[in-house]
Amino acid sequence: MLALQQKPVAAYQQRPVVTRRSRPVLPKHVRLRFDPVRQAWAVLAPERVLWPNEIGLDILRRCDGRTSVRAIIAALAIEYDGEEEEIAGDVLAFLQEWTDDLLVRLS
Amino acid sequence: MSDRILPPIAMLAELTHRCPLQCPYCSNPLELMKANREMDTAAWLDLFGQAADLGVLQVHLSGGEPTLRRDLEQIVAKLASRGMYSNLITAGIGIAEGRIAALAEAGLDHVQLSMQGARSETAELISNYKGALDRKMETARQVRAAGLPLTVNAPIHRHNIGEVEEFIELALALGAERLEIANVQYSGWALLNRSALMPSRAAIEREIETVEAARESLRGVLNIDFVPPDYFATYPKPCMGGWARDAFAVAPDGSVLPCHAAQTIPSLSFDRFGEHSLADIWADSSALNAFRGTDWMQEPCRGCERREIDWGGCRCQAMAIAGDPAATDPVCVRSPLHERVVATLEELQFAAARETADSASFSYRRIGGARN
Repeated sequence: MLALQQKPVAAYQQRPVVTRRSRPVLPKHVRLRFDPVRQAWAVLAPERVLWPNEIGLDILRRCDGRTSVRAIIAALAIEYDGEEEEIAGDVLAFLQEWTDDLLVRLS
Repeated sequence: MSDRILPPIAMLAELTHRCPLQCPYCSNPLELMKANREMDTAAWLDLFGQAADLGVLQVHLSGGEPTLRRDLEQIVAKLASRGMYSNLITAGIGIAEGRIAALAEAGLDHVQLSMQGARSETAELISNYKGALDRKMETARQVRAAGLPLTVNAPIHRHNIGEVEEFIELALALGAERLEIANVQYSGWALLNRSALMPSRAAIEREIETVEAARESLRGVLNIDFVPPDYFATYPKPCMGGWARDAFAVAPDGSVLPCHAAQTIPSLSFDRFGEHSLADIWADSSALNAFRGTDWMQEPCRGCERREIDWGGCRCQAMAIAGDPAATDPVCVRSPLHERVVATLEELQFAAARETADSASFSYRRIGGARN
C-alpha cells in the first residue's frame, strides 16, 4: 500500500460521492463545445477530448452547479419518457464516473 | 485502412528548443535549433488559425521551454479566440512574476509542470540546475493561485523510480488534479543516455504496484496516468495513436512532424509551414504519408489482429533498434528482433545493478550537440 507517512491521504480531499442532492458542475477547464468540422459536441479537458453520446450530453448540459441530480433525473425522465428509477441509475453511474475522472465537480 | 485522411484533433507546438534545463532524456532532437531558426509570431498565429480550420481542438504548447517566447500571451489569446484548448507544458523555471496570471487572463486552459525529482538533490542531478525543485514548487503555487488546473509530469528512470510515492505526495500537496508517471521513452537524448537511465526490473515492479495502489486509494482526488516502460512491455505503444492519424507536432522552425521524435528517421523529409499551407501538408506531406494507416506494414504487423490497436508501435524505435523505420517495433514480442530488446535489457540490468548516481555518466542536453 501507499505509505504516506507524514501526510495521510485523509488529510487531502476525499473521493466525492454523487447523491441525488449533489449539484454537479463542469469546472471552468472542462469545456463543452460544438465542433463544426466533425459536426459533433466535444468535451475538452486536460490531455483529453471526449465525445459523449446524446444522453451524456443531456446530463452534462444540466451540470450548472445549481440543478440537483434529483432534478436532472426528473427532467430526463420526462424528456426520454422513461421510468425515473431506471434513469436514476444511469444518471448516478454516469456522474460518478465523470466525478471520479475529475471532469465533474459536486457542490 | 488508410484511404481516408481524418482531420487532426491535437497538435504539439514546440515553440522553441531553448530551455534552462539540461535533462538527459529530453524528447527534443540531438540537433537543437537556435533562436534564429524559430518561426516569428505572425507565422505561429497563422498556423494556429489554419489548425483550427482543419479541426484541431487541443494545442499543447511545449518546447524547450515555451515561456521563453515573449509572444506566448498572444499565442494563448489566439487559441482561446478559436475555442481551442490550450495546454502549457513548462519546466516552471525562470517565469517572471505575474506571467502565469497574465497567461490565465489570456485564456490558458491548463498547465503541465515537469518534475525531474521529488527530492531537491535528484531534481538538480537530472536537470543540471541548482534549486530547480524550489522554483518549480513556486510555479505550481502560482498556477493554482491563478485558478488554473495543474498536471505534474514526472519522467521516470533509474535515478528517480524510487521517488514515485513522493511524487504522489508532492502532486497532492500542490493541488494537482493529474499526475503523469511517465517512464522515459528511449529515443533522442534518452537513447544516448540509455545505459545511465534504464531502471531495474525489480524497481519497475515496485513502481507499478505503487501506482496501482495509489490509483485505487486516490480515485476522484488525483488522476494518475501511467506511461508504461516500453522495453518491459509485451506489445508496443500505439505511438501517437497511429502515425499522422489524428495528431501532429510542429518543430520551432515550422517543420510539420508526425511525432516529436520523427527527425531521427533519416529517410524522411518534412514540409515546413509557410512553404505550404497546413491543410496541404496534412494531406500530402511525404513524411506524414510514409506510415499512415496499415498499407506500409511488413509482417508480422501486416497480418496481425492488433495492427489497428498498436499501429505497428513506434517508428522511431523501429529505426533505433531494427535500423528500419518500417519494421515492427522490436519491443513487440511478435517482432523477429524482440530478442535484441531482451538482450539489451539484460545488459542494462547489470548497469542498473552497479548503480552510482554520478552526473558524469550523463550527456546533458545542450544546444550545440551532445558531449560528455
